[in-house]
Amino acid sequence: MFDVDILFPAVLNGLTTGAVYALVALGLTLIYGVLHIINFAHGAALMMALYGVYFLKQAFGIDPYLALLPMVAVMFVAGYALQRGIVNRASHGKDENILLVTLGLSIVLENLALLAFKSDTRTIDTAYTLTTVAIGPAMIAVSKLVAFAGALVTSAVLLWIVRRTDLGRAIRAVAREKHGSRLVGIDVDHVYAMSFGIGLACLGAAACFLLPAYYVNPLVGNGFVLVAFTIVVLGGMGSFAGALVGGLLIGMVESLGGLWFGESLGQIGIFLLFIAVLLFRPQGLFGAKA
Amino acid sequence: MSAPSLARRRFVMQTGAAATALAFPLVGGAQPKSVRVGVLHPVTGALAYSGQQCREGALMAIEDINKAGGIKSLGGAKIEALLGDAQSTPAAGTAEVEKMNEAGVSAIVGAYASAICLATTQAAAKYNLPHIVDVGVADQIVERGLKNTFRFAPGYKKCAEIALANLHVLNTAAGKPAKTVMIIHEESLFGTGTANLLARELPGYGYEVKEVVKHANPTRDFNNIVLRMKAINPDIVIPANYYNEYALLVRTMQQQKVTPKAIYSVLGGAASSYKFVKEFPQAANGIIDCNHWFNPKDKRSIDLKKRVEAKNLFYSYEIFLTYTAMRLLADTLERAKSADRAAIISALETSTFSDHFLPYGPTKFVNGQNTGAQPLMTQVLDNDIKVIVPREYRQAEPIFPLKA
Repeated sequence: MFDVDILFPAVLNGLTTGAVYALVALGLTLIYGVLHIINFAHGAALMMALYGVYFLKQAFGIDPYLALLPMVAVMFVAGYALQRGIVNRASHGKDENILLVTLGLSIVLENLALLAFKSDTRTIDTAYTLTTVAIGPAMIAVSKLVAFAGALVTSAVLLWIVRRTDLGRAIRAVAREKHGSRLVGIDVDHVYAMSFGIGLACLGAAACFLLPAYYVNPLVGNGFVLVAFTIVVLGGMGSFAGALVGGLLIGMVESLGGLWFGESLGQIGIFLLFIAVLLFRPQGLFGAKA
Repeated sequence: MSAPSLARRRFVMQTGAAATALAFPLVGGAQPKSVRVGVLHPVTGALAYSGQQCREGALMAIEDINKAGGIKSLGGAKIEALLGDAQSTPAAGTAEVEKMNEAGVSAIVGAYASAICLATTQAAAKYNLPHIVDVGVADQIVERGLKNTFRFAPGYKKCAEIALANLHVLNTAAGKPAKTVMIIHEESLFGTGTANLLARELPGYGYEVKEVVKHANPTRDFNNIVLRMKAINPDIVIPANYYNEYALLVRTMQQQKVTPKAIYSVLGGAASSYKFVKEFPQAANGIIDCNHWFNPKDKRSIDLKKRVEAKNLFYSYEIFLTYTAMRLLADTLERAKSADRAAIISALETSTFSDHFLPYGPTKFVNGQNTGAQPLMTQVLDNDIKVIVPREYRQAEPIFPLKA
């Protein structure tokens, strides 16, 4: 058994890591959970966003947290254009086509990145990269605390959009009944593209919070996307609260699993939890019964 | 592996082959026949950075060799590279060997990672195709009795032995302040093999190995490992892992204010990397590494460093090891006076190649291993990487332990 001096920091560390997972999963839950688009390009889009943050910092000296606004805007526009210009057109309304299109997109994006940036791992150095705050016996990196707060705020904003705005109502309507929505005058293609845009905008935010503590290379997205899919299903498809809680939970399970089973087996806990949820609560922690 | 990714790889390989064909057109007439050489590295996938660095080293060597008049004993024959991508997997590496064999290469230089080298050397052995291993530190590579396999650089056994012996010398000279050790290693052949060796040998020198921690590639977060480190409070931390994880680990140690008496790496991924020193001078400061290194007093190594840096690349061990491996092959062709595979193998067996800038002395292969090959001990001091041991290559006095 571990001492509280180790357990407490491990839990905090799991929560802050989980917050970053949650940020990635929030975008995915909108695209995958609500619109049922299996977006294989989610990881590649995160990678592009990380490069965006990296170059804003290196070329213009823009701090990653200040890059939040331009990155969210750019990723939103990119997502909107991607859905309207490529995914929607090439899919001809069939889900299996969407799967292939997004898979193709991820391959193209990854290889473009490999061509343009080489496989070199890049990091940024900020004044706060190595700064930590003491919380009891734990030393937590400032960048991770900011990411934690960022995840909370982002999910609150998303929740507000979906619950309180016309766009949110339209998204929910389209998710439930596409044809009916069209009949009542909702521009379904526009709603799809807006959702995709918002989904990628979340990645823009995630990238800004992630890069100060992490690195970017052309394959960096892969490590996150599998975890993000797990979180979406675990939390309940399309549930933002589920994505947030699922993310935090998975971060914690990974952290404690690593402590008890050793680092290379730490992820076992995630998938045990995943199987348990699928067995006993298949709609996910926060999902509505189908 | 999914079908689209296979198709993509086929496409990449085919375009690669086509590009190579375009870049090296067959020239008729009085020109001597060129010697085809397979340059095989993982230039895509998880190991892409290192693979690309290796390829760069090989191509720079070929450029130098051809510029200097090619292989003189073959009438000035130029070396023609056939580039291959092992895609960071042994299976893809094997497939590339098959293709290179079909294409009639005289020899292969590659393939960076131990696990890939194990597969490619074996595949090449079927065709009696000479394979010079450029990095691949796992000793199994040269312990299987393959006649075609030659490794110019040291294996991990040698590196671990030298690292241990020197650790003991440094510690004894400092009055034995260090007694406990924690080893952190990546989970593949290289990290596990090195860690096992160290964990077995360290107690014999009087050190207590408090813990051996294995981690996956990639590992996104090292906080847990560092927490355990904090609890154990080892005098010495020994990491054996690749660049990304090494860098994250050391950064996390600094965030958590864990300062052992020494970070002492064996083949550390970032410990003697100019990239790491440039990007994280504070975290890199003081780190000791036992790793592949060049003779810092040889002008040719410094010249190559300048040329590499002029290309906006870091002068990493991948570059100078593969550069030298290719020069070894050119020297062998010169001695063999033939591009025939069997002739190259027997010329390698008796090679005394010494026109290089690695601290190995004249080459002598025993069972495919260059017996003179050795790592050097380096330490990051004043934002630069300095050789501290052995004395004949020393640039700076070692600082051990790091703080009183």
